[in-house]
Amino acid sequence: MLLRVAWRRAAVALTAAPVSKSGVPIRGLRVRVVDHAVQSSVPSDTAPAPEAESVLRPLYMDVQATTPLDPRVLDAMLPYLVNYYGNPHSRTHAYGWESEAAMEHARQQVASLIGADSREIIFTSGATESNNIAIKELEAAIQPDTSLVSVMTVNNEIGVKQPIAEIGRICSSRKVYFHTDAAQAVGKIPLDVNNLKIDLMSISGHKIYGPKGVGAIYVRRRPRVRVEALQSGGGQERGLRSGTVPTPLVVGLGAACEVAQQEMEYDHERISKLAEQLTQKIMNSLPDVVMNGDPEHHYPGCINLSFAYVEGESLLMALKDVALSSGSACTSASLEPSYVLRAIGTDEDLAHSSIRFGIGRFTTEEEVDYTVEKCIQHVKRLREMSPLWEMVQDGIDLKSIQWTQH
Amino acid sequence: MAASSRGQVLDLYRAMLRESKHFNNYNYRTYAIRRIRDAFRENKNVKDPVEIQTLVNKAKRDLEIIRRQVHISQLYSTDKLVIENQEESRT
Repeated sequence: MLLRVAWRRAAVALTAAPVSKSGVPIRGLRVRVVDHAVQSSVPSDTAPAPEAESVLRPLYMDVQATTPLDPRVLDAMLPYLVNYYGNPHSRTHAYGWESEAAMEHARQQVASLIGADSREIIFTSGATESNNIAIKELEAAIQPDTSLVSVMTVNNEIGVKQPIAEIGRICSSRKVYFHTDAAQAVGKIPLDVNNLKIDLMSISGHKIYGPKGVGAIYVRRRPRVRVEALQSGGGQERGLRSGTVPTPLVVGLGAACEVAQQEMEYDHERISKLAEQLTQKIMNSLPDVVMNGDPEHHYPGCINLSFAYVEGESLLMALKDVALSSGSACTSASLEPSYVLRAIGTDEDLAHSSIRFGIGRFTTEEEVDYTVEKCIQHVKRLREMSPLWEMVQDGIDLKSIQWTQH
Repeated sequence: MAASSRGQVLDLYRAMLRESKHFNNYNYRTYAIRRIRDAFRENKNVKDPVEIQTLVNKAKRDLEIIRRQVHISQLYSTDKLVIENQEESRT
């Protein structure tokens, strides 16, 4: 009873209409702390005051890092988080049977998106685990000359599309296994494992508006591709991946795949249009902007631009109202410039000036316009402050400068 | 069973738009409104009554999804985006 009073008070505090002391909302993020502590037995009048300032959240333009759940996906998952909580491997009762049916239905949804058979889909905890399973196959190779080619379908930093069909054809003719990490490509561009001659494919849930913590690996059956299990246990998923399959998560992955299949064309057209707008507006308003990555073989939703004479991190900080990144999330903790940019021959200084813009299913034209406006504004401002920019304006060729030690 | 009439389809369209406007989340709200408009527009010339009925049935299921998800989005509401104060337009 007392706990309920404390809970109700906390709930009111959290959802109360934010009242600003000065009337000006703060930009940023509110940290939500769920207070589980059993309050003192006396419901006190000194309950934590509701936050007096209102907070405005930044726009989300970092879809390569992760995507929001599509409401249709959450809707599919919820029943399995509320009432249908059976273990899908329980063979003896209805809870198990209904959970298993959901799991198999999800498996079929994933298979259908990539032109595979559902027996070729193994659920994992994500694309990283799938990649590890695929690579481990190399160690389990039985013939001395068997090898594996592993290529990303769409690069997560610059959005370049690899020539998968050609690679598949070459691998197939040389009897070499072909694996692709399709995390950024599945559900966004058409992928058929048979047309492209793919033997192994990694799929990630949270890159396609599905839940985090789930993925899949496609393992070709004909001709049979042998993989070795990374984790052993009860033999689930044909012995390739032991552990109880998390029904709510795989239902989410399946729903995400089905929605992606239905929406692929619509999303691609809209995202292409928005990407064109973003790039054109920025490049028409600012000089010395370079788009990284082959413009012809490019997935439109991932735009990587280098702004010369501006430091990437400082631009990111300046654009605090927009959630952006300057490279892949998995390497964002290190200060090294992106290995991808280095590999495509980008100049060191341009590599430090790159920003990645992500456009997704839920991105609006207004968000793109706002981002473009802020980007132009801050690049101009930062360039004004830059001595390098000043020198360039005076006609000095930076490459001719002899920098000396002090 | 008689196929859905033009009036029924329009009622469904309006009901879906009306419900979608209540999403607390800016991105879900704008997506739902945009997608509904575009989907109905795309299918406005379908003549086959069986196909029309299939589309109507799917729309009815989607309306139920929207109803539930709108409710959840209101239960777990959070602060607005920086862009929402500037434009009140809900397109």
